[in-house]
Amino acid sequence: MHLIKLISRNIFRHKLRTGLTVLGIVVAILAFGLLSTVVDAWYAGANASSDARLITRNAISLIFPLPINYREKIRQVDGVKTVSFGNWFGGVYQEPKNFFPKFAIDPSTYFQLYPEFIISDAQRAAFARDRKGAIVGRKLAERYGFKIGDSIPIIGDIYPGNWQFVVRGIYDGRDTKVDTSQLFFQWDYLNETVKVKFPRRANQTGIYFIEVNDPNMAATVSRDVDKVFKNSLAETLTETEKAFQLGFIAQTEAIVIAIRIVSYVVILIILAVMANTMAMTARERLSEYATLKALGFGPPFLATLIFGESLMICAIGAGLGILFTFPVAAWFGKQVGTLFPVFEISHETLVLQVICAITVGVISALLPSHRAASVKIVDGLRSIG
Amino acid sequence: MRIPISYSFRNLWTRRLTTFLTAGGLALVVFVYAAVLMLDEGLRQTLVQTGSDDNVVITRKSSGTEVQSGVERTQASIVETQPEIMIDNGVAQISKETVVIIGLAKASTNVLTNVQLRGVSQAGIKLRPQVKISKGRWFKPGSSEIVVGVRIAERFPNADLGGSLRFGQREWVVVGLIDSGKSGFDSEVWGDVDQLMQSFRRGAYSSVIFKLNDTAAFDRVKQRIESDQRLTLEAKRERVFYAEQSEVLSKFISYLGLTLSVIFSLGATIGAMITMYAAVANRTGEIGTLRALGFRRSSIMATFLMESIFLALVGGGVGIFFASFMQFFTISTMNWQTFAELAFAFTLTPKIIINALLFSLIMGVLGGFLPAAQASRMKIVDALRAA
Repeated sequence: MHLIKLISRNIFRHKLRTGLTVLGIVVAILAFGLLSTVVDAWYAGANASSDARLITRNAISLIFPLPINYREKIRQVDGVKTVSFGNWFGGVYQEPKNFFPKFAIDPSTYFQLYPEFIISDAQRAAFARDRKGAIVGRKLAERYGFKIGDSIPIIGDIYPGNWQFVVRGIYDGRDTKVDTSQLFFQWDYLNETVKVKFPRRANQTGIYFIEVNDPNMAATVSRDVDKVFKNSLAETLTETEKAFQLGFIAQTEAIVIAIRIVSYVVILIILAVMANTMAMTARERLSEYATLKALGFGPPFLATLIFGESLMICAIGAGLGILFTFPVAAWFGKQVGTLFPVFEISHETLVLQVICAITVGVISALLPSHRAASVKIVDGLRSIG
Repeated sequence: MRIPISYSFRNLWTRRLTTFLTAGGLALVVFVYAAVLMLDEGLRQTLVQTGSDDNVVITRKSSGTEVQSGVERTQASIVETQPEIMIDNGVAQISKETVVIIGLAKASTNVLTNVQLRGVSQAGIKLRPQVKISKGRWFKPGSSEIVVGVRIAERFPNADLGGSLRFGQREWVVVGLIDSGKSGFDSEVWGDVDQLMQSFRRGAYSSVIFKLNDTAAFDRVKQRIESDQRLTLEAKRERVFYAEQSEVLSKFISYLGLTLSVIFSLGATIGAMITMYAAVANRTGEIGTLRALGFRRSSIMATFLMESIFLALVGGGVGIFFASFMQFFTISTMNWQTFAELAFAFTLTPKIIINALLFSLIMGVLGGFLPAAQASRMKIVDALRAA
């Protein structure tokens, strides 16, 4: 009890220095938390994907389409439960910075495959009835103020022209990990327009979504699907949804790695600051330590004193930093909007923040406590800091 | 009278551990700051070298990238008749090209990566004099041969010289490596345009590139092409075209990097401030003595500020020193706009060194100002008594 009192008294001897150090730790822990959350957001799509879903695309690359008649051939493959299909649409809403994903999908099957998109039966029926109908996610609707019945104008880039979609429904996510920043519209509407304007590109789809009966059979089904189209004009590549998403992320891996490294650099910076604070503190109190030693307190006691002080400063800083991470992340998530559809602080991030703080506290105390423990009483009493 | 600068240096030397730790924190911040600037500069230089001001790129209106664009054969023929196109030895310097993306497995991770594949004509090769064969030879027109950019060859084992790639129901033999001096073409694969269009069953070109016979004629030809009722095309100078293609990536790098640098610098500045406050507190007696000897308040202020600035510059110098080693690294990532892999190197320029030093100077001034002001405001009597 006395020990804790002594430590806390020591902390507040230099109010300014302690205050500045704590401020530095708050900033560092906050920055670290935000950066880890950004990295998590990068992987959000892959984490939300299901084992029971496969994605089939053109083997050359995603920009090449597949004929729409593949649908029936895929359905005949053993182990396939449901087949749906869709197209990435691209397009610009008002200006290029208003980015959100737009997909042309098949209304009758797509939402069976994706039960995590929750939408009322009435809205789904209304969507299916309207050729120009669209379903938007809750987050997207809130960001741009879309309401049911609103018309959304999109300027096409992959599919040139001016497109109009009418909001017929708004979907929610089953949990917070579901991306609710997308827009879905009828593939038939796209195809009918393309047939008139660019006949050569008609009756094609970008990808097929496959639901398998048994997730354990995913690899076999993938192989069997690809075998059907081997040596055809459009060979396919089938993989699980997760592998598909991870493949995407892997292509921007360099950026993810850079952000990860940088998030540890800030911890190193604060380690330097904290270690400096502790070194100065210990140097100034060398004569006190000598006095304590003269009174009969051993090196373990001095070490406890210094480690306690270092860890307590870190604990205050980290506590505040973690506390601030929540409102700042919420604000940041709002600012980046649809770019990172899922922006949530994970438990691992919080654990890592705590581990970093403890590490900084321990390392900072190492050298000063060694010095305090090994100083000779005479030298210590003579020192003037 | 001024206090000798050596007084500041000696003080830093006396408290080596503190100096080392504070300068280390500052060095890390400057390292991050310089690395970000170098990355952005590398990306910029890659793009500047990719495009030429004399070349014009024609793509479909509002398509943004060559991959998304489509130019019908009839439209391409109309573009071909423009009088501003340079004629060299009776050959019009114009190339009708097809650009697609193919998936290749990266050696390090075995992940399918998007690589841009460009079908060019013989004129297309002449339009980019910076693209040279570094190993092997050019592909023969009308054959299933390809040449591969050096940055692709080093990452994808099958795409190296002598290897072959399979796509579009054919086997394509790699007969040469192209090196264009760090431009974006180093991240591409080139083949014969007619062969590629046939094997991908493409009826339309992706883009048309031509050389102007007079740089100033650009506005005229742009106006004519864009107002032609038969064409739904737009014209851009090649350099502008490539700059726009990486706008998002460039902005992302600079925004993220600068935000981080500012946040991190807060931490390091606090570190400098703590050190300087301690320096002032430990030397209260000295300050009193100096004042009693007749040194002015401004000299005291200057001395402590100088100490802080020197501390920051040491940190900045160390940071830049280590950042300069980043030049050996190349970053390759997917460009979101073109959807394809782009490799670029960290590039250090004198401007970046100056910027980074200025940045550390600012941290030093900010960190040292308050402590220095405190030192200069001390009363002689109080200061002497404190010692």
